[in-house]
Amino acid sequence: MTTMEKTANVPAPRSDEDYQGPLLEVRDLHVEFHTREGVAKAVNGVNYTVDAGETLAVLGESGSGKSVTAQAIMGILDMPPGRIPQGEILFRGQDMLTMPENERRKIRGRKVAMIFQDALSSLNPVLTVGYQLGEMFRAHLGMSKKDAKLKAIELMDRVRIPAAKERVNDYPHQFSGGMRQRIMIAMALALEPDLIIADEPTTALDVTVQAQVMDLLAELQREYNMGLILITHDLGVVADVADKIAVMYAGRIVETAPVHELYSRPSHPYTRGLLDSIPRLDQKGQELYAIKGLPPNLTRIPAGCAFNPRCPKAQDICATDIPLLHPVTERDGTDLPGRGSACHFWKETIHG
Amino acid sequence: MAELDKESVDATPNVTEVETVDAATVEEAVAAIEAPVERGEPILQVRNLVKHFPLTQGILFKKQVGAVKAVDGISFDLFQGETLGIVGESGCGKSTVAKLLMMLEKATAGEVFYKGQDITKLSGRALKAVRRNIQMVFQDPYTSLNPRMTVGDIIGEPFEIHPEVAPKGSRRQKVQDLLDVVGLNPEYINRYPHQFSGGQRQRIGIARGLALNPEIIICDEPVSALDVSVQAQVINLMEKLQDEFNLSYLFIAHDLSIVRHISDRVGVMYLGKMAEIGTDAQIYDHPTHPYTQALLSAVPVPDPSAREGRERIILTGDVPSPANPPSGCRFRTRCWKAEERCSTEMPLLAIPERFVASGTPAAHESACHFAEEKNVVHAA
Repeated sequence: MTTMEKTANVPAPRSDEDYQGPLLEVRDLHVEFHTREGVAKAVNGVNYTVDAGETLAVLGESGSGKSVTAQAIMGILDMPPGRIPQGEILFRGQDMLTMPENERRKIRGRKVAMIFQDALSSLNPVLTVGYQLGEMFRAHLGMSKKDAKLKAIELMDRVRIPAAKERVNDYPHQFSGGMRQRIMIAMALALEPDLIIADEPTTALDVTVQAQVMDLLAELQREYNMGLILITHDLGVVADVADKIAVMYAGRIVETAPVHELYSRPSHPYTRGLLDSIPRLDQKGQELYAIKGLPPNLTRIPAGCAFNPRCPKAQDICATDIPLLHPVTERDGTDLPGRGSACHFWKETIHG
Repeated sequence: MAELDKESVDATPNVTEVETVDAATVEEAVAAIEAPVERGEPILQVRNLVKHFPLTQGILFKKQVGAVKAVDGISFDLFQGETLGIVGESGCGKSTVAKLLMMLEKATAGEVFYKGQDITKLSGRALKAVRRNIQMVFQDPYTSLNPRMTVGDIIGEPFEIHPEVAPKGSRRQKVQDLLDVVGLNPEYINRYPHQFSGGQRQRIGIARGLALNPEIIICDEPVSALDVSVQAQVINLMEKLQDEFNLSYLFIAHDLSIVRHISDRVGVMYLGKMAEIGTDAQIYDHPTHPYTQALLSAVPVPDPSAREGRERIILTGDVPSPANPPSGCRFRTRCWKAEERCSTEMPLLAIPERFVASGTPAAHESACHFAEEKNVVHAA
């Protein structure tokens, strides 16, 4: 594709050539929202890294801070009321939070792109999809309208929208849900970014269409060797596509693990509870295990471990001391790479 | 409706004859409706139910130019005390079925027998008696509760319409009992819906559905708006209530895992037609309709080691428009088995001939000319 050459012509950040570290690194990120009810602490010290070609799944229920973290990375948080009191977001070693806005604009969309959940409300209903797809080329690469439209057709072909040439002048409402999500993917892919953040990309879709879209996303990711952050609450989708998983609860990462490990041996009671509470397609169980209670209100996060009021294993220490993300080891002390658990009793949870 | 095409009505599956109750007077009809039904007997029998929404053109002189065939001739039985799950993609007509059974929409054709009475033909007192016994729990707990009413008013509102269930003085107590039954604090009676979380609101919706001691509850996607950990709580509650109050559920959902968990029998719908119906083990472990197989294989299983062994059928394209469904078998445009015959001859919902005598779990009703058993849920 000619886009590749065009993108390559753009002067790269100085450190780009010899940069060795992870593609994206989030360090101790905090996000809070100042509301009338008080300060809602949406993200409370999140750390994660994503490498090129890797899929990180961020798993959590609503209000766990998974989407807010993504918005902070993209720099699309509403500020105010949002505020980032501390933390670093390093993209290829450069902190995106401290760089000037015009630098950041060069990264956003071109290097890091995002796919939103609800394609219908993320697309502008009064502009044709061709115009909206072409906007990426016009805004970032200064292409003419005509060239941008040709690029848009090329992209629509890329994400396998049938009859792209005829449909490029259609409006979003003329497409089905699955097709709209493909347009969102095409838009994110337009400039062949290094990292894509997909926020619940298939939640609004039917299962058969969901499978098509996830397949397409995985294929394109392989082809361009992109990093992918997949934000979802669906444990099934995660099992299918992720390399590693970070489970979030009340703005913290409570467990990290490679995908196989997480499902076979969860090391945090919350993860275990989640896994036990979903019905399975391939087996008929009796009663479902239900995590008691409700996720906490973010303006009043419980002291100590945020999960302690709902936890079956909670002890006195859980209500006073915040557990850090401990590295998880085998019973005999051998390292389990990539695994961590923010539970005082992770040993009992994984080995008990 | 005169324009109803003959084809869809003729596709009658070989379901059992309905024993109708002839009621000459309203009193007899009401008596038949109030009569108890034995466990395992059919309580609701749907026969060739059709709902077409007209598409019109013109402003002053409206002219019908077509119809969205939302439900196009479906038949099934709901037995007392069981849960019948209805699954299908969006636009397949499952919610329209719910509305038809609730008499919120008027059926274009077909019958719905409740204890032998065709409710599509009832009116007045007899219909009111039926409505008392068939209640609904809605999908979205945020929009299905009136934000200006307290929880007590919401749950107590059915008593205004059916005062015979709870005399005026006892209503507050009754509402508090209902709150207790669904696991909410009875002291919350004066709170407003916005003071509750999604899961708690859905419990309020369930309490409202239970208020009149119904026999059937139609649940339209009752947990799809809830978080995973809360979903399990609500599902468990619904199962508990079913045992406690001897309810029959019609459980409509798109989440196949949840439907399997809660249902005794499952029906799979595609474009206004029933593609396959059977017990949960028959449908999930021995599906014979290609659509069911594709649907099941597309569901991600929360077990990464299972993903290698499973065969995945990825369908191409989207569901065709119900205003202009394909001829013959409606699934043929996306089916990998489709042949000439599929475009001309509509497959009937019946036990496929080759399986009739076999007595295996594959012998259940499936509307496919080339029905074949295929295991898609378990790893090979």
